[in-house]
Amino acid sequence: MSAIQEVVTEAPTVEAVPKRAMTLGAGSSLVMLALLILVPLFVKNFIIFQLTMLLIYGLAVLALNILTGGSGQFSLGQSAFYGVGAYTSAILMEHAGMNYALTLPIAGVICFAFGFLFGQPALRLSGVYLALATFALATAMPQLLKLGYFEPWTGGVQGLVVTKPDAPFGLPMSQDMWLYYFTLAVTIAIYIFSVNLLKSRSGRAFMAIRDNEIAASAMGVDVALYKTLAFGVSAGITGVAGGLGAIAVQFVAPDSYTITLAISLFLGMVVGGVGWLPGSIVGSAFIIFVPNIAEGISKGLSGAVFGVLLFLVIFLVPHGARQVAIVAQQMLGKLKKG
Amino acid sequence: MLSRQELRIAAFSTAVILLSATSGAALAQKKYDTGATDTEIKIGNIMPYSGPASAYGVIGKTEEAYFKKINAEGGVNGRKIDFVTYDDGYSPPKAVEQARKLVESDEVLVVFNPLGTPSNSAIQKYLNSKKVPQLFVATGATKWNDPKSFPWTMGWQPSYQSEGRIYAKFLLKEKPDAKIAVLFQNDDFGKDYLKGLKDGLGAKASMIVAEESYETTEPTIDNHIVKLKATGADTFMSVTTPKFAAQAIKKLAEIEWKPLHIVVNVSASVGSVLKPAGFENSQGILSAAYAKDGADSQWDNDPGMKKFYAFLEKYYPEGNKLDGSVVYGYGAAQTLVKVLQMCGDDLTRANVMKQAASLKDFTPDTLLPGVKINTSDTDFAPIEQLQMMRFKGEKWDLFGDTISGELNN
Repeated sequence: MSAIQEVVTEAPTVEAVPKRAMTLGAGSSLVMLALLILVPLFVKNFIIFQLTMLLIYGLAVLALNILTGGSGQFSLGQSAFYGVGAYTSAILMEHAGMNYALTLPIAGVICFAFGFLFGQPALRLSGVYLALATFALATAMPQLLKLGYFEPWTGGVQGLVVTKPDAPFGLPMSQDMWLYYFTLAVTIAIYIFSVNLLKSRSGRAFMAIRDNEIAASAMGVDVALYKTLAFGVSAGITGVAGGLGAIAVQFVAPDSYTITLAISLFLGMVVGGVGWLPGSIVGSAFIIFVPNIAEGISKGLSGAVFGVLLFLVIFLVPHGARQVAIVAQQMLGKLKKG
Repeated sequence: MLSRQELRIAAFSTAVILLSATSGAALAQKKYDTGATDTEIKIGNIMPYSGPASAYGVIGKTEEAYFKKINAEGGVNGRKIDFVTYDDGYSPPKAVEQARKLVESDEVLVVFNPLGTPSNSAIQKYLNSKKVPQLFVATGATKWNDPKSFPWTMGWQPSYQSEGRIYAKFLLKEKPDAKIAVLFQNDDFGKDYLKGLKDGLGAKASMIVAEESYETTEPTIDNHIVKLKATGADTFMSVTTPKFAAQAIKKLAEIEWKPLHIVVNVSASVGSVLKPAGFENSQGILSAAYAKDGADSQWDNDPGMKKFYAFLEKYYPEGNKLDGSVVYGYGAAQTLVKVLQMCGDDLTRANVMKQAASLKDFTPDTLLPGVKINTSDTDFAPIEQLQMMRFKGEKWDLFGDTISGELNN
C-alpha cells in the first residue's frame, strides 16, 4: 500500500466517545430544561426569536452529531437536507394550506428517505471522499431549487414567504413565544429520541462501525444497513430542523441553504464537542452569536475576527464544550470534597 | 463692541425667551415614534459586508460617511442621525435576524436601503406587519412598487422592467423595423428585463426574433452568440451581468457581427466591462443611465458632482469615485435626508412613508440632469427615468432626452 493511501484511510478517525459520556446527567438536564423554559418569559421578542433559532440550529447540529459522533461518517451536505426540509414545510403550508405542525413529520420523512437514498452510493466512500460527495450535494442544492421545472412550487429565485402561526387555543402569548415553546417541545422530543437511539442496539451498532468497521461486521453488524440508516436519521432530523427554520424565519429561498450553512453546522458540531449531544446547543450558540460579536468588534474585519475567535476555541479547547463541561465537573467535585 | 461673554449671555437669554414663547406650540406639533427624539433619529440598515456580494458593502460605508457629514453640518432639523448598519452576508435568514434586531433591540425609526432581492423579500412581510418603513431598498426588482399590498416598502433605483421598457421605447422610435435578438441571464434579473422589453414593445413584440438564455454557471456564452447571429437579427440586446457582457462584446467582434448592440445598465461599467472587452470592440454600443459616472470628465465642473467629490475628500477619502456603488450610496442617503427634512417635527413612521411618497422633482447631486425623483400614494418607484448613451472613444456620450420607463404614457 502506498503512503498516500495509508494517509487517506487513516485520516477520518473520530475519537471514540463512550456512550455514557454522550449525554448529560439527570441533574444538569433538569437545570438546562428549567432555564430553557423560564428565560423566554423575561426577555424581548427579538431575543426569543434568537433563542428559537438557537434550538433549531441546535437540532441540526445534533443530527450531524449522530452521524459523525455516532457512526463516524462525515457530512458537509447537511445544508441540502435542511433546505429540503424547509422547502417541504413551506410548500405544504403555502400551496396545500396544511397546518404547520403537520408539515414537520412529513419534512422529516422526506428527508429521511432522501438521506437514506443518498447513503446508498455514499456507502462505497469513506472519510474525506464521503465528505466530498456530500459537499457536492450541498453545492448542487441551491441551484436545483432554482430550476425552472420546480418554479411553480418553489418560487424560483424569489423564494416563498411563509405565514407565521398564531398561538392556538387563544393562548395569551406572542407568535414568537408560542413558536419558541413549540420548537422547544419538538427539540426535547428529538433529543430524547436521539439519546435513546444511541443507547439502543442500533446505537451500539453505529458506534461499533465508528470504532472499527471490520470488527463490527465480524460481530454480525450489517455495516451497509446501519451506515445508510445513520444517514437517514441524521437527514430526517435535519429536515425537521429545516421545517422549523422556515416557519421561524417566515421565508425560504435557495440562497439560504448554501454550503456556508453546511460548514456552519459542521463548525457548531466541532465547537460543541464531537459526539457529545448536549454540546449541540453550545455549538449552535457559537454559530449564531459569535459572528454578531465579531461584527461588533470590527465591521470590516468581522470574518477575520471570527476566524481568530474560532482559532482560539480550537486551540484552547480542542474537544469543544465537552472538555469545558468535564473540567467544570472536576472543579465542582473538588469543591464538594474540600 | 460687546465682549464674547456678553454676546453669549444675550444669545442665551434670547433663546430662553424664544423657547418659552414657542414651547407650547412646538410641543403640540412634535410627534415621535420609536427611534426618534428631540436630539436623534435612529436609522437602521442591512448590507452584505461579507459573503458573495460584499463588493456592495461600499454602499453602506458611503451612507455612513454621508450621515457623518450631515451630523457635522448640524443634523436634520437639529437632530443627529444615528446610523446602525449590520452585515447579513447576503443570506436571507441572517437578514431576518438583523432586521428584527434593528426593530426590536435597537428600535430604529426606519430600515433604510437594505440590499439584495432575496434579503429584502425575506424581511418585507415582517417589516410591513410591524409597520416599520422599509425605505428605498437597494434592488432593481419590480415588486417593490406595490403600495397596495406593501404600504411600508419602497424602492429607489429604476427597476429592471422599466429599464427594459425604455429600450423598447427607444427602438420603436429609432428603429421600428428592428429584428431583435435577446440574450438574457436565466434568473429573475434577466426575466425582469425581458418582460419590460416585451411590455414596452406591446403589440410589436414580434420584433423580437430570437431569445437565448444562459446560466451563470456556463463558462462561456460564445455558442449562444453564434446562434443568435444565424437568425439574421440586426439588433442585439445583451441582458447580461458584467463578465458575460464583456464576453459577448468580444465574441461579436470576433465573428464580425455588427448589429445595433444594447448593453443593460448593470453592465455599462467602463472599468469592469468595456475596458476588458476592448475599447475598439465597444464603439457604438448603447446603454442607459440614471446616475453620473464618477470616471467621466464631463462632470468635473458639474456643481452636484463637485459637492460629491468634496464629500469624498473630507468624509470618505478611502472611497473610490470610479465605483458606481459610491455614487449610488451618496444618492440614496441624500434622498433619505431630504425625506427626513420634509418630515419636520412629525417623526412618526407613518409620516416618514407619507413624505417619502410625496417627493416632487427631487434631484440628488449624483443623478443625471433631467432625472427627477417623483413619488405618490400610488407610485412607490422613485427613479423611473433614464437617458440613452452611446460609447465613443473611452467614455459614454449621453444623447436624447431622459426617457421615462413608466407603463402608462
